[in-house]
Amino acid sequence: MIRLFTRRRSGATPIPRSRSASPAPAAVRAPERAARRQRFAFSLKGYVAQHLQALFYSLGQMWRAPVATLMTAVVIGITLALPSVLYLVLEHAQQLSAGWGGGPQITLLLRQEVSDDAGRALAGRLRTWPAVTEAHAISRAEALEEFRQLSGFGAALDALGENPLPAVIALRLAADSGQAAKAAYEQLRALPEVERAEFEEQWLKRLHAIMHVVTRSVLMLAGLFAAAVLFIIGNTLRLAVQNRREEIEVVKLIGASDAFVRRPFLYSGMWYGTLGGICAWAMVSLALWLMSAPVQQLAGLYQSDFRLSGLGFNVILALVAGGALLGLLGAWLSVGRHLAHIEPS
Amino acid sequence: MILFNHVSKRHPGGFEALREISFEIGRGEMAFLTGHSGAGKSTVLRLIALLERASFGQIVVNGQNLSGISRRRLPYLRRSIGMVFQNHKLLYDRTVFDNVALPLVITGAGRDDIARRVHAALDKVGLLSKERAYPVTLSGGEQQRVGIARAVVHRPPLLLADEPTGNLDPELSREIMTLFQEFNQFGVSVLVATHDLELIRHLPHRILTLKDGRLVADSAAA
Repeated sequence: MIRLFTRRRSGATPIPRSRSASPAPAAVRAPERAARRQRFAFSLKGYVAQHLQALFYSLGQMWRAPVATLMTAVVIGITLALPSVLYLVLEHAQQLSAGWGGGPQITLLLRQEVSDDAGRALAGRLRTWPAVTEAHAISRAEALEEFRQLSGFGAALDALGENPLPAVIALRLAADSGQAAKAAYEQLRALPEVERAEFEEQWLKRLHAIMHVVTRSVLMLAGLFAAAVLFIIGNTLRLAVQNRREEIEVVKLIGASDAFVRRPFLYSGMWYGTLGGICAWAMVSLALWLMSAPVQQLAGLYQSDFRLSGLGFNVILALVAGGALLGLLGAWLSVGRHLAHIEPS
Repeated sequence: MILFNHVSKRHPGGFEALREISFEIGRGEMAFLTGHSGAGKSTVLRLIALLERASFGQIVVNGQNLSGISRRRLPYLRRSIGMVFQNHKLLYDRTVFDNVALPLVITGAGRDDIARRVHAALDKVGLLSKERAYPVTLSGGEQQRVGIARAVVHRPPLLLADEPTGNLDPELSREIMTLFQEFNQFGVSVLVATHDLELIRHLPHRILTLKDGRLVADSAAA
């Protein structure tokens, strides 16, 4: 880069033109501009060099105290891992509740006197309704069998002698708007075969409201934990600044700028945050691995093929990059204030 | 190079370290500042390097009026001054090379440039063979020479030294003074504060004498 500018500068050597009355300005300005550009290129190179120097210096400082570095990183990791685990729980809950999503569901409980065939015929008829996407008839015997399997009250049912369960038609409506669903619900309830119609929208609404509250709480907790990371890093670097007080005084004495003194500490903060993010990633992955077998077993009991999904690339990126950013911010907030107190005497 | 114009320094608490000091040291001149401890020698040097600010009066260093220099621009003033201290102020967790390189590192000089200049400075003070050593392994005189190499490695136009021979025997002290004289011959302005009159009496340089914060003698004026 520098060589390029140098060459251009030598090419632009002012050659006075004989006919021009005032040749100086244009001819002189070109090498001046080139020189300025060269100075800029040089200072840019110096700038990058200084950053690299601070980057490796801060890494070296941390490398020389591996236990202390690791402990700080683990503390930050735990702090980042807690909200991450909460986030994962929330995400999986949302995934589960999405299975209940789609159109609103209605369960029709049929009158006792309606036969199984009549029930199936009704389901077939309902399927032709434009408002209905799914209609599934469950006969009394099927309902009893399902209940026996799931509840484990088989013996008690046998003791009853008679099947107490009504035949059921499970419906899912296409309508997303509440009014269309309401209209369909009223129509269904008026059918002569229907004893009772249960609209499950209310329950869904409550579920969504609960999820909303939980989401908000998780966000708030994440904010608190992020603040904790800022404080941990700020405090760690405050101690680092105090430990190197003498060195800071000497470099200020020979003309180091505040930015020069601050830089390695800012990089340290970034490294701590990054390491903490990586620790959090490891911890959350371990937690997921430990939980996967029990969760699968539990899901099996509910006849669900629900599984814990691993950490997505976005979450990992958010953990590590977020950790780095928090580290940088924590360092920036703490170091400047503490460095201002150190002046050579 | 250095101009003091009716400069006074009063410390909080009322102690007057300097009273109405006026003198001028020209570009390329070498001068000694002497007097008993507590006479104000260190205060003069500290005011020049802006480690303290004057209470009254005007100080001009290298063409810059110090009262106009903000905290932000202060590092750039200090880079134009090489400073040598009685207690060396070296960084003991770094090698001799890294200590001497420090003034170049803070200005963002390139690696090759740093290596070349550090070697030149160490060669000048006769410590080229010790560049990989740590300061604690060196003698007092050698540590002081590392401090001097650090003070001149970035070729400042002004060199200040505060009791540079304070802990050294006469032989080593003379060597250090010879070094300063050599730098002066290269055009560097040098101001050395010392109470060792015996050492400087026979040197052909100007001597400023302070007593109780007042300038009581100036060999150039005499």
